[in-house]
Amino acid sequence: MTEGRALVVGASHAGVQVAAGLRQEGWAGEIVAVGDEPALPYQRPPLSKAYLAGKSSLEELAIRKAEFYDKHDISLVQGTVTQIDRAAQQVVLSDGTTMAYAGLALCTGGRARSLSVSGIDLSGIFYLRTFADVASIRAWAAPGHHAVIVGGGYIGLETAASLRALGLEVTVLEAAERVLERVTAPEVSSFYERVHRDAGVVIRTAALVKAMAGDDRVREVVLDGGERIPADLVIVGVGLVPNTELAADAGLLVEDGIVIDDLACTSDPRIVAAGDCASHRMARYDRLVRLESVPSAGEQAKTAAATLCGKERPIAALPWFWSDQYDLKLQIAGLNTGYDELVLSGDPTRDRDFTCYYLQQGRLLAADCVNRPRDFMKAKQVISRGLDVDRAQLKAARAS
Amino acid sequence: MSDVTFISHDGEKREAPLEEGASLMQIAVDNMVPGVDGDCGGEAACGTCHVIVDDQWVAEVGRSGPVEEEMLAMNPEREPASRLACQMRVSENWDGLVVRLPEFQM
Repeated sequence: MTEGRALVVGASHAGVQVAAGLRQEGWAGEIVAVGDEPALPYQRPPLSKAYLAGKSSLEELAIRKAEFYDKHDISLVQGTVTQIDRAAQQVVLSDGTTMAYAGLALCTGGRARSLSVSGIDLSGIFYLRTFADVASIRAWAAPGHHAVIVGGGYIGLETAASLRALGLEVTVLEAAERVLERVTAPEVSSFYERVHRDAGVVIRTAALVKAMAGDDRVREVVLDGGERIPADLVIVGVGLVPNTELAADAGLLVEDGIVIDDLACTSDPRIVAAGDCASHRMARYDRLVRLESVPSAGEQAKTAAATLCGKERPIAALPWFWSDQYDLKLQIAGLNTGYDELVLSGDPTRDRDFTCYYLQQGRLLAADCVNRPRDFMKAKQVISRGLDVDRAQLKAARAS
Repeated sequence: MSDVTFISHDGEKREAPLEEGASLMQIAVDNMVPGVDGDCGGEAACGTCHVIVDDQWVAEVGRSGPVEEEMLAMNPEREPASRLACQMRVSENWDGLVVRLPEFQM
């Protein structure tokens, strides 16, 4: 069934990898990736890091150069798919045109979660998901100006570090009791709060935003208690909403994300999905997991491509993530949900390198490694293979 | 045009045109060389572009730097001439370069 047109909806990390993977796995027919952004598909992780800090250009962000698509006969089409007609095996685009497919991959990604408070539409308030968002932020980010970041997750904290590098004053407002609450242990949260404070960032936790105030532009962020924080610009980083409407309207099973199995098949085995929009039923965790991670998007996409080509390449890789802030490279192996024990190597209250190991019933579940690539590589192997761990050895020093 | 040869774990050879200034990882993925993933896009964060430089090329290409070393140290397929291809900037003198690929990218 590798004749005819393979259609990939979405042209970001997952979409490009599905398209490339289809060619690599031997798809003989046409391959078309439809994306709604004007630029050549680009890498998103650097947007809040090097690209925001002005250390890389949009051209350098390209996932693949323009020639790649020509060379491998992959068509990139700018457009928005509004409907899937499964019975007729075709999609409808926003301009009314239709496109038939022999194979269909949904890589629709996600969009920034919006903050529903009054004044949110004032100018000077931004989200951070696309290069266009970052271009707008950079146009407003003058040295000495005060940026208020709503959300103390990875995007918010990376943005804080990048804006400090650009010479701005930065305040981070986090609704929870600590930054990174959803994803790390309290020890790691405290570490990042300390690092950002040392860099001159004001971190406010348990800070609920009630409204944005201003005139022709935003001037203040109003907190729940009535306190008003002056702001020249505001960046909202409060999470991601998966783009699942297209799949849901077509009758595919959606639970948070588009539900996929180990072969990246949706509830219609002729349609695959990958990336931020997909909820994968992972045997490792015995539940549906929707990962917002470039490596996972790539892994699922390779599987999705193989599946469309009639091959079996189950999704197997351990989820992992990374985050760059200042001189700190955080690498995370595995998901820590359900941990019952922490083992620390190094002292996060003092050092700039340490590893936080998450154990569950004595087995290694995940590891947050700050400036400890060796620990990260070791942890990846131990977790993937379910090897035994020696707590004293974990704690002692860097892996060797 | 100058070329690089990637030799897979089971001996299969794949040639790809070199492009000065690009990283060797980029060249591998642009040419869909199986066995080089480059998951992190070139940040030396993932270790999935591990290559082993052919002995006769080590002097020209150089050995791993400290950043690569940290990522490679724990790799069971690590060899003295192991490198992360994303950290290898192609030079004009590399025509005919030969690198081997490990059985698994971590």
